[in-house]
Amino acid sequence: MNPGSAPAIFLDAFLINNFVLAMFLGICPFLGVSGKVKTAGNMGMAVTFVMIVSSLCAFGINKLLVRYDLEFLRLICFIAVIASAVQLVEMTIKKFSPALFRALGIFLPLITTNCAILGLALFQTAREYSLVQSIAFSLGAGAGFSLALLLMAGLREKLDLADLPGVARGAALTLILAGMLSLAFMGFAGLGG
Amino acid sequence: MSKSEAITLQTFTQGLWKENPVFVMMLGLCPVLAVTNTAMNSLAMGVATTFVLVCSGFLVSLLRHVIPKQVRIASYIIIIATFVTMADYLIQAISLDLYQALGAFIQLIVVNCIILGRAEAYASKNGPLKAVVNGAGMGLGFTFALLCLGVVREVLGSGSLFGLQVMPDAFQPWSIFVLPPGAFFVLAFWLMLFAWIEERKRKGGKAA
Repeated sequence: MNPGSAPAIFLDAFLINNFVLAMFLGICPFLGVSGKVKTAGNMGMAVTFVMIVSSLCAFGINKLLVRYDLEFLRLICFIAVIASAVQLVEMTIKKFSPALFRALGIFLPLITTNCAILGLALFQTAREYSLVQSIAFSLGAGAGFSLALLLMAGLREKLDLADLPGVARGAALTLILAGMLSLAFMGFAGLGG
Repeated sequence: MSKSEAITLQTFTQGLWKENPVFVMMLGLCPVLAVTNTAMNSLAMGVATTFVLVCSGFLVSLLRHVIPKQVRIASYIIIIATFVTMADYLIQAISLDLYQALGAFIQLIVVNCIILGRAEAYASKNGPLKAVVNGAGMGLGFTFALLCLGVVREVLGSGSLFGLQVMPDAFQPWSIFVLPPGAFFVLAFWLMLFAWIEERKRKGGKAA
């Protein structure tokens, strides 16, 4: 596959360079919201949606900034756009599904400080992706994030009942699991290449 | 958190151990995992984050009576983004190698929850001097945590420390430690170690 083609970019962000497990973006929600499969799925959807919106906005803004030689404002503009996009998603979810809104709780506004979103905008700019490539990239990153979150939530639900030494409970166990998942995802290297 | 007392040693040391941003509060883990493949990268990341923490803490604290409550988070983020942009260009000017090694993670300091957390929870409620001292303490605690990971990963993963070889020639580097899974494992083991120390302390306290 041509590395610049949209399916290749999607696959790369989804599996090979998974945003969470290989690039370490979005670790906070990954550790925080991965307790239950259902919440994890919803969180994944919310993040994917914000990713697509902010990726499109970032693409447009970058074009504008480059045109007027204002690249040093890039970071400030990106973060402002993401914050507004999150606000929009928050209002939408609150209106259409109050139950989901309560389940996501504090993690919804915290999507703003989710590095996966800003990272996506920064990477697509650094790699000079076109519009189609950017969309493929954000879809892949969102799907990859959701997949990692769901896998982790599934594992943690099972391990709730496991008998563990006290010091390994909680965050340490989650991190070891993440390490193993990351190890498994390394097996995707070279896929489609 | 105490609000109106003078600057004490505790203002500074709080972030070092008792409320260490990484090991105790589990904040800002993305850079902790991503850039700690060598000790040098860890140190640079720690210094850059401390710089942003201190500067943004100072400015937020100065403006704490000016910024309306409704738009405070947005204002903090803009302030932080300004300083991160400065740090970004500074590192680029000082060392291009380092800049390329850290990549997008310098700009991602903006979304490091430690900085926004400090701005919201501390700098917006305390005077500029206290905010600076507290920010410096938190920054040092963060750097300490980064170095904890960076040193272990570099020694085991490439047999060197700050680029100098420390392991004998016969040592076969465990390259898994500089790869992504290694970061998760090393952090997990540090967390277990700290949990174990805390548990020992608690038990010792009861016996005494």
